[in-house]
Amino acid sequence: MNEMATPIRQEREAKLEGMGCRRKRVEDIRFTQGKGNYVDDIKLPGMLFGDFVRSPYAHARVTGIDKTRALAVPGVLAVLTAEDLKGVNLAWMPTLAGDVQMVLADGKVLFQNQEVAFVVAEDRYAAADGIEAVDVEYEELPVLVDPFKSMEADAPLLREDIKDKTTGAHGPRKHPNHIFEWAVGDKELTDAAFAKAEVTIKELISYHRTHPSPLETCQALASFDKVKGELTLWGTFQAPHVVRTVASLLSKIPEHKVHVIAPDIGGGFGNKVGVYPGYVCAVVASIVTGRPVKWVEDRMENLSATSFARDYHMTTEIAATKEGKVTGLRVHVLADHGAFDACADPSKWPAGFFNIVTGSYDFPAAHLVVDGVYTNKAPGGVAYRCSFRVTEAAYCIERAMDVLAQKLGMDAAELRLKNFIRADQFPYHSALGWEYDSGDYHTAMRQAMQAVDYKGLRAEQAAKREAFKRGETRELMGIGVSFFTEIVGAGPSKNCDILGVAMFDSCEIRLHPTGAAIARMGTKSQGQGHETTYAQIIATEIGIPADLIMVEEGNTDTAPYGLGTYGSRSTPVAGAAIAMAARKIRAKAQMIAAYVLEVHEGDLEWDIDGFRVKGLPEKSKSMKDIAWIAYNAPPPGMEPGLEAVSYYDPPNMTYPFGAYICVMDIDVDTGAYTVRRFYALDDCGTRINPMIIEGQVHGGLTEAFAIAMGQEIAYDEMGNVKGASFMDFFIPTAVETPHWETDFTVTPSPHHPIGAKGVGESPNVGGVPAFSNAVNDAFAFLGSTHIQMPHDHWRNWMAAKRLGVHG
Amino acid sequence: MSKSHVQLRINGRDVEGLVEPRTLLIHFIRDHLGLTGSHIGCDTSHCGACTVDLDGKSVKSCTMFAVQAQGAEITTIEGIAAPDGALHALQEGFRMMHGLQCGFCTPGMIMRSYRLLQENPNPTEAEIRYGIAGNLCRCTGYQNIVKAVQYAAAKIGGREFVEAAE
Repeated sequence: MNEMATPIRQEREAKLEGMGCRRKRVEDIRFTQGKGNYVDDIKLPGMLFGDFVRSPYAHARVTGIDKTRALAVPGVLAVLTAEDLKGVNLAWMPTLAGDVQMVLADGKVLFQNQEVAFVVAEDRYAAADGIEAVDVEYEELPVLVDPFKSMEADAPLLREDIKDKTTGAHGPRKHPNHIFEWAVGDKELTDAAFAKAEVTIKELISYHRTHPSPLETCQALASFDKVKGELTLWGTFQAPHVVRTVASLLSKIPEHKVHVIAPDIGGGFGNKVGVYPGYVCAVVASIVTGRPVKWVEDRMENLSATSFARDYHMTTEIAATKEGKVTGLRVHVLADHGAFDACADPSKWPAGFFNIVTGSYDFPAAHLVVDGVYTNKAPGGVAYRCSFRVTEAAYCIERAMDVLAQKLGMDAAELRLKNFIRADQFPYHSALGWEYDSGDYHTAMRQAMQAVDYKGLRAEQAAKREAFKRGETRELMGIGVSFFTEIVGAGPSKNCDILGVAMFDSCEIRLHPTGAAIARMGTKSQGQGHETTYAQIIATEIGIPADLIMVEEGNTDTAPYGLGTYGSRSTPVAGAAIAMAARKIRAKAQMIAAYVLEVHEGDLEWDIDGFRVKGLPEKSKSMKDIAWIAYNAPPPGMEPGLEAVSYYDPPNMTYPFGAYICVMDIDVDTGAYTVRRFYALDDCGTRINPMIIEGQVHGGLTEAFAIAMGQEIAYDEMGNVKGASFMDFFIPTAVETPHWETDFTVTPSPHHPIGAKGVGESPNVGGVPAFSNAVNDAFAFLGSTHIQMPHDHWRNWMAAKRLGVHG
Repeated sequence: MSKSHVQLRINGRDVEGLVEPRTLLIHFIRDHLGLTGSHIGCDTSHCGACTVDLDGKSVKSCTMFAVQAQGAEITTIEGIAAPDGALHALQEGFRMMHGLQCGFCTPGMIMRSYRLLQENPNPTEAEIRYGIAGNLCRCTGYQNIVKAVQYAAAKIGGREFVEAAE
């Protein structure tokens, strides 16, 4: 046995708590003691509170706003309206998607609960009194709710500000309510594939409007120092540096005088990427009053005004041979963006990365068209726990593959195995333009099928269906198979930017003389555990125990510029920046070690926590010792110190994938369901902390469960939002939430410094189709091809009724 | 608005304050007393992030006025560690079992579990799930929260904790 396996080495390695270790989270020490520091926990001397007057109408002209009564309310200091904001040119603001959005209603309102006026008062209660006393006169206008009617000739005109613009941020507009058309792929080749197809399917697959709804709502605290001309802005920001740049551009305060701080964030899930009217109004109010102003959204405001997600209506066609080999994919998406296009996609991608819609399959031809339209609904839509529009794409293709399997009379898993991109085809160029970095889909799918005894489940299902037909049971059994490929880690600066800011990310590491370190990041955790996992990467890279590494995020004064945390980009982009910065430190450390050990650099090798001379393991220098030397006795001619910064521009995205299987029983007479089993295999490449990965998968699956089985932001025909509180918006409790089984394979990313791909969003992306396919599979033998989500009890009951099983 | 005098005991400390009669207990605890561990997540008494222990019961402190807590004995997340700073078994269990992510629901979740384990010192998984159904978590999917409560139940009861296989 060589020296590599001695216990001493294992002990040294264990002491680091580096990559691969189930390290307990450092964040938990403060969170479990109530010592987190969230925005609403911050209290400044003289702090005021702001609250919004919101529109009760979905579409109306604002004919008058009278502040008189409000200003007489005790404690109310100011009422801001669009007219006031015009003075500082802030009545409108740019969205991240190239559109503009009203900060406060300018002449009309375009969705229910739109911000109309901002009341500033001494405390939250006085602000609430104030908003009740602002008198607003409205003149109702015809309401447009159905996106399929947006581009009709007689549709109500929503956006008067751009009614004459025939070109938008993403090209020509076909109608005043049209935002963009985005086409990708080879139309002729795809049409040809369909022309000679032996089998085709076509289905309208809708992914309903929902909401990320983190437990902490969106909030901000602005403090403008008139003497210094400096603005400090605390907020629930997933991307603090982007907020700083936007705040500087909008307020005209030079960027070095804008200090943005994102303290602890109580969940984000995409909700906290964008810039909202509340942030802008808090800033303006602080400038106007000269006092700090806090804005804290309530839950109803959160669900009805900031950042819905999805609302994609996907007409999907697949061409195939009769043996089940896919030959073409054609998708048309009608995308409902609400009143303003407030997506948080990279600027050049109006439908995000929806062109990952060919999924895990080797489609020789594909063509995609997305039409974005305006309606009288809240603006968005954000990437809710998914890379930009990737969950919509995964749902689309995974549902469509099941529809094809049904038409062919083939098993859903068999059809997938037949069409997977093979391991030897990577790097794989998809028909819609992506280069998939790595994958081994067949292995993952087979491992999943074996783990759940897939054949046994299908046999049980067949028996149960016969029993149902004989009238012996009123329960249907569904098996939902989902195999997803994600595209995360935006992204290469050649094609990814937000408002012109390239989507790199960054890390700065300082190793202190005693061998402890601080790492500062351009990302911002909202619960992902960055303080724990980033330290693990550094520990492995530079041999310093993770417990001696402090990870700091969210303060734009101290952190290097980065694009933040969303789209599973932290590990793929910032994780790479960490490794690159750490390697710069290691390279300098190697020069120092060579000098001290009096050998050539090339004679040294890295050994867990330091360098040793090749062939002479007893001659070594630990990183801890090197740190001291770096500051206090560096080699002649070398600068003292041991620190590095890296800005990482990824060469490609990463492509995590996974195989999920859901087993569900549905009672046809009540529509009630039981998730009997849910198995999730994820391949996120190199695994940094398996405990945190499993936690991310549990949480993402629970959100997927909520979305697929009931969570919806619905509107009535008047544009009243119907699900804007936790009374109506389905958030599963511990009782409804199923038990989760997790598993994994490891296919490292070949272009990432540590081979990691990102995982936080995979379970949401793969989970939704698994649940929906289970429901659809349960009903399929009764003649149904597709039932729209969400699959709540009532809709299940309706499906059963429609299929004639209620007698 | 005229103010009312409130006097109560929180985390073993006698406190008093002048509040408007409409001041919610959670705002009194957070804004007046500066105990910001308890959170607000929903406004409709659904999420349980504001859960505190009041006179031996779990209470959603957004659903009570501060004046209704006159004379009450309240324990919040800041008050469950031992006087010497040793963490409560639940605080330890939540960390050991990865029962939290963003940490926003955690204080309420721990305070509910704190009372649950006094009502039922050795709950089954189903009893834990039912027992914490008034507290919402958006991050964890509850599975590890259940384990965290089991861990704490075992520790408090002097039993060995055996983690269930996935």
